[in-house]
Amino acid sequence: MSSAAFPVAGTSAGRAGSGAGLWIAPPLLLLAGSFFYPLAFVAGQALMGDAGPPTLGHFGAVFRTAVFQKAVVHTIEIALAASAGCLVLGLIFALILTFVPFPGARVLARLIDTFIALPTFLVALAFTFVYGSAGILNASLMDLLHLPLPPVDFLYSAAGVILAEVTVYTPFILRPLLAAFSLIESAQIEVASSLGAGPWRIIRQIILPAALPALLAGGSLCLLLTVNEFGIVMFIGAKGVITLPLLVYDKAIQEFDYTSACVVAVVNIALSLSLYSLYRFVVGRFGGRLAGLE
Amino acid sequence: MTASEFALEGVQRTPARAALAPAAGTGIGFEGVSVAYRGATVLQDFSLRVPPGEIVALIGPSGSGKTTALRAIAGFVRPVQGRVRIGERDVTALPPYARDIGMVVQNYALFPHMRVDENVAFGLRARRSPEALASERIRECLSMVGMLDFARRYPRELSGGQQQRVAIARALAIRPQVLLLDEPLSALDAQIRRNMLDELARLHRELPALTILYVTHDQTEALTLADRIAILRDGRLVAYGPSQALYRRPPNRFAAEFLGRANLLPVSVERITEAGRMASVRFGDGRLQAQRHPQLHVGDDCLLCIRPHEVSLAPPAEAHNSLTATVQSVVWQGDLHSIALEMEDCILRLVCAPMRDPPRPGHPLELHFSAQDSILIPVDHGEHV
Repeated sequence: MSSAAFPVAGTSAGRAGSGAGLWIAPPLLLLAGSFFYPLAFVAGQALMGDAGPPTLGHFGAVFRTAVFQKAVVHTIEIALAASAGCLVLGLIFALILTFVPFPGARVLARLIDTFIALPTFLVALAFTFVYGSAGILNASLMDLLHLPLPPVDFLYSAAGVILAEVTVYTPFILRPLLAAFSLIESAQIEVASSLGAGPWRIIRQIILPAALPALLAGGSLCLLLTVNEFGIVMFIGAKGVITLPLLVYDKAIQEFDYTSACVVAVVNIALSLSLYSLYRFVVGRFGGRLAGLE
Repeated sequence: MTASEFALEGVQRTPARAALAPAAGTGIGFEGVSVAYRGATVLQDFSLRVPPGEIVALIGPSGSGKTTALRAIAGFVRPVQGRVRIGERDVTALPPYARDIGMVVQNYALFPHMRVDENVAFGLRARRSPEALASERIRECLSMVGMLDFARRYPRELSGGQQQRVAIARALAIRPQVLLLDEPLSALDAQIRRNMLDELARLHRELPALTILYVTHDQTEALTLADRIAILRDGRLVAYGPSQALYRRPPNRFAAEFLGRANLLPVSVERITEAGRMASVRFGDGRLQAQRHPQLHVGDDCLLCIRPHEVSLAPPAEAHNSLTATVQSVVWQGDLHSIALEMEDCILRLVCAPMRDPPRPGHPLELHFSAQDSILIPVDHGEHV
């Protein structure tokens, strides 16, 4: 390339660069106005309250309340339990669908997938119809056993929330696991079997190590989603089960305590961002392709 | 068992290597085995006996059922009919992990998250072998395939040939009764394939009691390695016998054409000679001598099979047959010349050492071959044994 070519190329690149900058400006402004400003406003409200200099005093006040502490504990407990449930159920489903093929397995996998498309509260509503005090199960059992009170009474508790979340979020584990399992060479399993390994050893030593990235990434995603779950907790209305998103709702909509709501929201956002960072780290570390997520 | 019992062709096996061999040879038996996938029969009434300590190659075109036969022995497919035996044991209903077999597949199937020594140890640990024994066996097997220095590497850090050696070591570590090789060299390039073929031959010399069933579509691999060859077509066994005998006296047209190259000349039997062992046949206007097939009688139409390298331009001392043909093409292939000739509406090929002055297309050539090297093959019912 001649030296004369450089200034031309440079000019052209410079123009392209400034042009690109102009094109980026409107979406950036839109993003700032519709997303970053409200977030900044929430953070500002949490620090300053209705008026006054920035202080961490509002955080301290909220952190000391029993309801906040319970909400943090419930949020983490429910998220961990639901994610663990999703991992176990997703793993079992994925193993059966992949390695114990049966007629309709593919249809069943698609059916489970459709849960991703449904609004989360719908599952809670369905659970109410089935397991609620006046639901099908309790009504049938009361009729059958002549019981005065509904015998199945788990729905309006943390267990009900966890079960509903497991039902909704298991596909988030199942999908990457199915993708990961499809990458395992059947020859590896056959050779392992010929070497004397039984089914459990093959699952433990061949299949699970290959599926570990998918399990970790899917588990992180579940954790992230269950921490932020609002619809299920709200709809089930379990007694004494308040999570961080529900506490934000209570403080803002029912008590009009916007400062406290913003403090809880900031904590919720921090927790979510931490989990999202974990999720990205897992996907990046083990490879999204292997995890079936990219 | 003493080390001297393992002596073979003057080579004294080391006690360490002797320990890898099964205590005594174990044969394999297929008895009328049929396998079907979704109603389609892929292996039909397949019967075969693999003698203990021999290498038997299953060859055939794609879809002929050779891999299915191997998978039936391994236990990965369940026959709809027939029995499968390893030694005297009927293993038809046994799961793969209870069959005591070693298996090596085309793409190696090493466990990617395990190091080389962990791969080799897998079968031993699955069988709950004591750790001391496992360590010793890992060393023996890796040293046997020349991979001891690579014990702490991951499979991804090895070449294709090295991965295949590890796969062989892994299969041998459990000291299997039989070793199943499913196109083990197909994924390797030509040079490494030749080397690995030599390695496998050496391995079998060192483990003479090990019975090996070797599936391949490569006739050279089969001829180089196998004591016996079974040829399959459309799920049926069409030929089976000692490698050299099958090559020199193919029982049917398919075997003749699949196992090496063959010139097949349409002839008719005129006279049976030498107590029924030889036959005089008519080819066009001329007469040729060939070994007789027991099913052929005077007046039968059949094929005369002669291998390209058995045809010569100079008459050898024992040549009984001479033909004149016109050169159609001459191809130099490095270490040989391949010449295609035309006569009586037939194409005949011969291969010979490279010539300084090869014949030119269109020129007539006098061809000679021995009656002992030519064999008659029935035409009509030559498809099945």
